[in-house]
Amino acid sequence: MGTLLNTNKKGNIVASTPRSVAEKLGASFWLSLMWIALVVFCAVSADLLPLPEYDSMDWTNQASPPGSTVTDQSADGFPAGTEPRVYLFGTDTMGRDILSRLIFGARVSLLVGLLTPLIGLVVGGTLGILAGFYRGWLDTCIMAVMNIILAFPGLVLLLAITFYLGQNLINIIIALGILTIPSFSRVARANTLTISQREFIQASRMIGRNDFYILSRDILPNIIMPLVVYALLVVSYMIVAEGTLSFLGLSVPAPVPSWGGMIAEGKEVLDEANHVSFIPALVMFLTVLSFNLIGDALRSGIDLKDGQL
Amino acid sequence: MLKEIIARTGKKLCGLFGVILAVTAITFIMVDLLPGDVAYEIAGEGATLEDVKAVQQELGLDKHVISRYGNWLANIARGDLGKSYRNQEPVLEAILSRLPVTLELVVLSQFFALVLAIPLGIFCAYRPRTLIDNGLSSISFAMMSLPVFVMGIVLIYIFAINLQWLPASGYTPISDGVWANLKSFILPAFCIAMVEWVPFMRVLRSDMIATLQEDYILMAKSKGLPPSRILFKHALRPSSLTLITILGIHIGHLIGGAVIVETIFALPGIGRLLIGSIFGRDFAMVQGCILFITIAYVSINFLVDSFYTMLDPRIRMSRFD
Repeated sequence: MGTLLNTNKKGNIVASTPRSVAEKLGASFWLSLMWIALVVFCAVSADLLPLPEYDSMDWTNQASPPGSTVTDQSADGFPAGTEPRVYLFGTDTMGRDILSRLIFGARVSLLVGLLTPLIGLVVGGTLGILAGFYRGWLDTCIMAVMNIILAFPGLVLLLAITFYLGQNLINIIIALGILTIPSFSRVARANTLTISQREFIQASRMIGRNDFYILSRDILPNIIMPLVVYALLVVSYMIVAEGTLSFLGLSVPAPVPSWGGMIAEGKEVLDEANHVSFIPALVMFLTVLSFNLIGDALRSGIDLKDGQL
Repeated sequence: MLKEIIARTGKKLCGLFGVILAVTAITFIMVDLLPGDVAYEIAGEGATLEDVKAVQQELGLDKHVISRYGNWLANIARGDLGKSYRNQEPVLEAILSRLPVTLELVVLSQFFALVLAIPLGIFCAYRPRTLIDNGLSSISFAMMSLPVFVMGIVLIYIFAINLQWLPASGYTPISDGVWANLKSFILPAFCIAMVEWVPFMRVLRSDMIATLQEDYILMAKSKGLPPSRILFKHALRPSSLTLITILGIHIGHLIGGAVIVETIFALPGIGRLLIGSIFGRDFAMVQGCILFITIAYVSINFLVDSFYTMLDPRIRMSRFD
C-alpha cells in the first residue's frame, strides 16, 4: 500500500489513481509504433523501393546537403538520359545516397535488435524456468554460469568475440545474444519461483501431470508476458550495442551500411557537412526511443494487471 | 559474528577468483580458436618455415593451450604479464601508464553525473508529479535512448566546432598544466555523465520518495527543521543505497567500457589500448587488458557490496539474524 501513497506539498496523503490500460498506452505509444512500422516496412521492402544502390558513389556530389538535385548523370548505376534525381537526405563523404544507406542499414540494426533478444528469450528463458522449477544443484550450476557471464565486462567480450571469431552478422548476433542470456534467465527464474508456489501447480502434480506438462502448460503461459516485455526493452539496448560496434568499425564489413558506421564516417566532416552524421544519428535515436517507449508503455500496462489480481 | 563475516568474505573472494579464472580461460581459448597463426603474422611476410617455428617456440605457441594457460598464470603469480608481441613493451607497464587517463575520465564523469543527478533527484522526490518532475522524467527517458557515441558527436559539434570552447579531441598530460589537462577531459567526461546521470537520478528519486514517508522524517518535519536540512541531512543517506550500488557497477563497467569515449575524443586510456591491440592482433596485450579490466570490475563490485552493508546498519544486522 505504501508505494501507492504519496504525500503532497501540505503533507496530505494522496492515492495515485490507477488508469486504464488503453489510456496508459497513450499517444507516444502509437507514434512510436508508427515509426517502427515505417522503419520495418522500408527495411523489408528496400530492394523494391526506387533507391540508388547503397554503394554507388557519386564523386561529383560528395557530402552534398539534403535535398540537393543532380542534373548531370554522374552517379554510376544511373545511365545518362534519366531524369534529374534528388538526394532527399544528401550524400555522404563518398557521394553515396544517405537515404538508401539508411534504409539498407536499418536491416542490420533491426536484424540484430530483434534476433538477439530472441536468443536470450529462448535460451535464457528455458534455463531460468528449469533453475526456478527444479532448484537444488541445477539452480546453483545455472546461476553460477550466469554470474560468470554477468561478471564479464560485456563490451570486452563483444570486442573479443567479433575480433577473434570474425566480423560478420551471425557472430555479432550470437555474441550479443549470449550477453542477454543471464538477465532473461534471472527474470524467468524469479517469476517461476513465485508461480511454482501456487496451488494450481500442486494440483497439477497431484493429478499426475509430468514435469514437462507442468513446465510448458502451467508455468510457461504465466511467465511469458514479463519475458516478452523485457525482450522489447532489450531490443533498444541491442540496437545501441550494434551501433557501438559498427561505430568502432567492428560490425558488418565495409560496403554494407550500418547506422553506427554512417555516424562514424560523418564525424570527419562534422564542421562542414554535419548532416552526414546527424541524419543517421537522429534516425537511430528515434528508433531506440520508440522501442523504449513501447516497452515502457507495455510494462506499465502489465504491472497494472498484476496489481489488479 | 566476526567469524561469520570472515567466512562470508572468504566465500565471496573465492567466487571472485573463480570469475577471474573463468574469464581469462575463455579469452585464452578464443585466441586458440583463431583461424591462422599469430606466429606467421609476427614473423612477417617472406619468412621461412624455420623463422615461424622460432617465433612459435619463443612465444610458446607450439605448446597446448592448457599448458600455455598454466604458464601464463604462473607468470602472473610472479607479477609478469608478458610482453607485447608487436613492440616488446611490457604489458603491465603499458597498462599502468594508461591507467591514470582512464581513472581521471571515470572519476570526472561520475562526479559530473552525481552533481547533475543528486540535486535533481532530491527535488523530484520532494515535489513528485509536478511539472518539473514530469519534464525531467521525459528528458531522462530521451537521454536513455541516446547512445554515448551520438552524445559525443553532438557535444563535439556544439562545444568544439560551433562555440569553440573546448578541444574536440586529443590529450594534454597534467605536466602541461592542470587547466590544459582538465580541458581535454571536460567534454569526454561530460559525454559519459550526460548518459549516466539518468539512472542515478531515477534510482535516487524512487528511494527518496520511499524514505520521505518514514516516521522519522515526519518527526523531523514536526520539529520544524527546514526542508533542505531534512532532505540533505536526514533523507539522503538512507536513500543513497541503490545509488551507490549502481554507481559502483557503472564505475566497474567504465574501466573497460570507456572505449567508445576514449576513441571519439582520442584519449590514451586502457579502453583505447585494448581496441588498438585488438586491431593490431597483439594477443599478449589483449590478454593483459582483459585480465586487468576483469579484476578491476569484480573487485569494484565486491567493494560496493561491502560498502553497502557498512552504510546501512539495518542490512548489516538483518544479514546475521
